[in-house]
Parts: sequence; C-alpha cells; structure tokens
Amino acid sequence: MLGISFDQIGFILEGMGWTLVLSLMGFVGGALAGLPIALALSRGGRLLRSVTGAYVQLIQGIPLPVIMFLCFFGISIAGFDLPSLVAAGLAMTAYASAYLGEIWKGCIQAVPRTQWEAAECLALRPLQRVVHVILPQAVRIAIAPTVGFLVQIVKNSSYAVVIGFFDLTYSARVVNNSTFKPFVVFTLAALLYFAICYPLSSLAYRLEKRLGRR
Amino acid sequence: MDDIVRFHEVCKSFGDVQILKGVSFSVGRGQVVALIGRSGSGKTTALRCINGLETIQAGQLHVCGREMHSNTVDLLALRQEVGIVFQSYNLFPHLTVLQNVTLAPRKVKGMSRKHAEDLGMQMLQKVGLEERANYYPEQLSGGQQQRVAIARSLAMEPKLMLFDEVTSALDPQLTGEVLRVIERLAQDGMTMVLVTHEMAFARSVADQILFMHQGVVWEHGNSDLLSRPATPELQQFVANGL
Repeated sequence: MLGISFDQIGFILEGMGWTLVLSLMGFVGGALAGLPIALALSRGGRLLRSVTGAYVQLIQGIPLPVIMFLCFFGISIAGFDLPSLVAAGLAMTAYASAYLGEIWKGCIQAVPRTQWEAAECLALRPLQRVVHVILPQAVRIAIAPTVGFLVQIVKNSSYAVVIGFFDLTYSARVVNNSTFKPFVVFTLAALLYFAICYPLSSLAYRLEKRLGRR
Repeated sequence: MDDIVRFHEVCKSFGDVQILKGVSFSVGRGQVVALIGRSGSGKTTALRCINGLETIQAGQLHVCGREMHSNTVDLLALRQEVGIVFQSYNLFPHLTVLQNVTLAPRKVKGMSRKHAEDLGMQMLQKVGLEERANYYPEQLSGGQQQRVAIARSLAMEPKLMLFDEVTSALDPQLTGEVLRVIERLAQDGMTMVLVTHEMAFARSVADQILFMHQGVVWEHGNSDLLSRPATPELQQFVANGL
C-alpha cells in the first residue's frame, strides 16, 4: 500500500507507543517537580525564589535537544550508562518542570491575595491554606493551560531522536531509509502526531471556554 | 483588668507613610466599639493590627491577654479567638456554604465532620441561611455572602469579632440584613470592634464610638458623641456623613 507494508506501519505504530510513554514520563516527572517549583516561585522566600528562578531560566535557555545530549552523554561520562529511555525521560522531566513551574506559578498567583488572608484569619496553618484553599482554586485555573502544554510535550518528545530513542519520529526515519518514500512515511508520522495532539488541544480549548464562563 | 483589646500609643507605618501615630483605646469584655473616620484615618489598619494582619512598630497592643508587640506572639492561637469579617466577604468559591463554615473547625480544631456540620448549621441558623447550606457562594447575593462570612467566623467560637466595613459593598436593603445579624450578636454579648460608615448603626449598637483622624483617636465617647461633637473635625465629619 503506497509502497510501505503493514509490517512497516506496525513498526511506526510501535514507535508511536514509545512517544506516548516518553510524553507520559515527561508529564508525570515534570508535574512532580513542577508543583514544588511553582510553590517556591510564588510563595518562597527570596533565596528559594532566586534559586528556583535560576533553574527555570537555565532550562528555558537551553534547547531541548541539548538537554537530551547532556542527560545522555553527560551522565554516562559520570560513570552511569543510561538507556536512552531514561536519559530522554530525565531531559523531558527537566524541560517540563521548568515550564509547568512557570505556568502553575501564574495560576497560584491568580488566586486573589485576600483568599490567603481569609484562610490565615481562620487560623489555618500555612500548608492547610495551600491544600484546602489555594490549590483547589489554582487547579481550576491551571487545567486549560496545562492540557495545552501537554501538546508541547508530545511534539517536543520527538527531539529524543537525537540520542537514538526509538519513538514515532525515529521509527518513521527507519522506515523511510528502507522504503525511500519520505512523503508517504512522514505524512503518516505527521498524521499520527496530529491524532495525539488534536484531541488534547481541542480539549484545552473547550476547558478554557467552559471554565472562563464561570 | 477585663479588657479584651488594649492599644497603648500604637504606631504603624507603611514605608514613609505613618498611618497610626500613637493610638490608645481599650475594649472591655462584651463591649461593642465602632471606629469611624475618613478613609486614610487609620481605622482599618488599627483593626488589622488586632489580629496580627499588620504588625505594629511602636507602642503596646494587648489582645486576649497576648502581647501583639512581642515577636513570640502565637498568631495561630490568637486567630482561634479573634474572628474577622472583610468588606469583600472573601468566601472560598470552590466550597459550599456549609463547607466554608466547617473548614476551620475541622482542620484547625480537629472536629469530626458530623460535629462540625452540626455546629455549622447552628451558625448558619444564626445568620438566617440554614436553607442555603449546600449552595456555592456565587449563587448567593452579596448580603447573603457576607452573612455566611460572619457564620464562618462564628464557627470558630471567637471571643472577639472584628468587622472591616462589612456593608460598604452592599446596597441599603442588603446592608440592613447584615446589620441585623451584627445587632443580634451584640445582644448576645459578643465583644466586637467594627469599622463602619453607617453612623446611625454605630450610634444604636456601639457602647463606645472612636473617631479616628490623622492616625490618632481624635475624639471618643458613647453613642452621644455624634450628637455633641467637641472638635471641628468631628463636627465636619458628622455634617458630611449624615
């Protein structure tokens, strides 16, 4: 069919599976690290704010493929031989945590200061103020931009190809090398990326509209 | 000494601007004290010092037997005894009315859900909103939201209630329903300090009226104060206000 076999299509779909795995790793890792970063940026003392701020600036100032190389080769120089999945997962985590930290900082700051004050005046402890009053409101604000950022994670996971990680982009390239049908192969890859990203971005759009109406 | 609040020469500045320039007054147990004055006269700042939302820089301030001017004052313990209601209600929008009222008793005092809800319903009854328990704040009128805010503070069973211009955002009819709740609290013997622009209300409910001007208590007295102002500043304020 169009010069590529079902086996080759299956091979590309397998790569797509690993794209999903890497994206999930990036999102989960990025979320786990991003929440403390967001709290530190929005509520931390001066020292904590400047340290986390520097981390965010650093990560945002380095292209993702370079972060991938750093994780892959940098850590293996230190004596640990990492499979490319782990290195790519680490790089995606670093990348996602910096951006999610920044996005969520804005969401926390969007909760009016008077809400902190009201919680404080009811004698809630600092952690209770965050957990019971601020975060539930910040989460509502954060849903749409976070789902929107998921699209960036999925698309940018393709940079893992630079360290030889087997994902959708990598598998498409392999199939192209043996079939010499770049237009067919990469159109297929593009459609598959779109199939992942479009539902996410339209979900983000709908959430934004729905939550904005309140 | 049965004073719940005692200000002695309290000073407070924001940057270069000195807001309180030696404020002295005291509030006895069961008393209702109204702070009146123009905006910028320091009445809201004085009120916020009482529960530690602002720290004072000079003078002494005792609240419920605690020294607010010392660094070691336990604000969490103090705030269990001092409730405050704000001009802008500040209800938690993601929680129902009943959840707003029960959050602090459950999390701070460790009450069981059942116990806290019983207490919460009692407090909502006090403000006449028990049938709105499962509504969200956005579904209520401003006056109703403010009454929920009062119930939320009362649920901590405070010894002292502070009211910061609680009717300023409301129209006259809604103002009336909130003021009636405060009046009932006064009849029940609650100690209260209120910053208010409602002169008629201050006159009818307050045991003590303090007129603040330029960062000090300019004139004070009982409810007759407004009928017989001694200083030209209060005379002018009353003339403009009534």
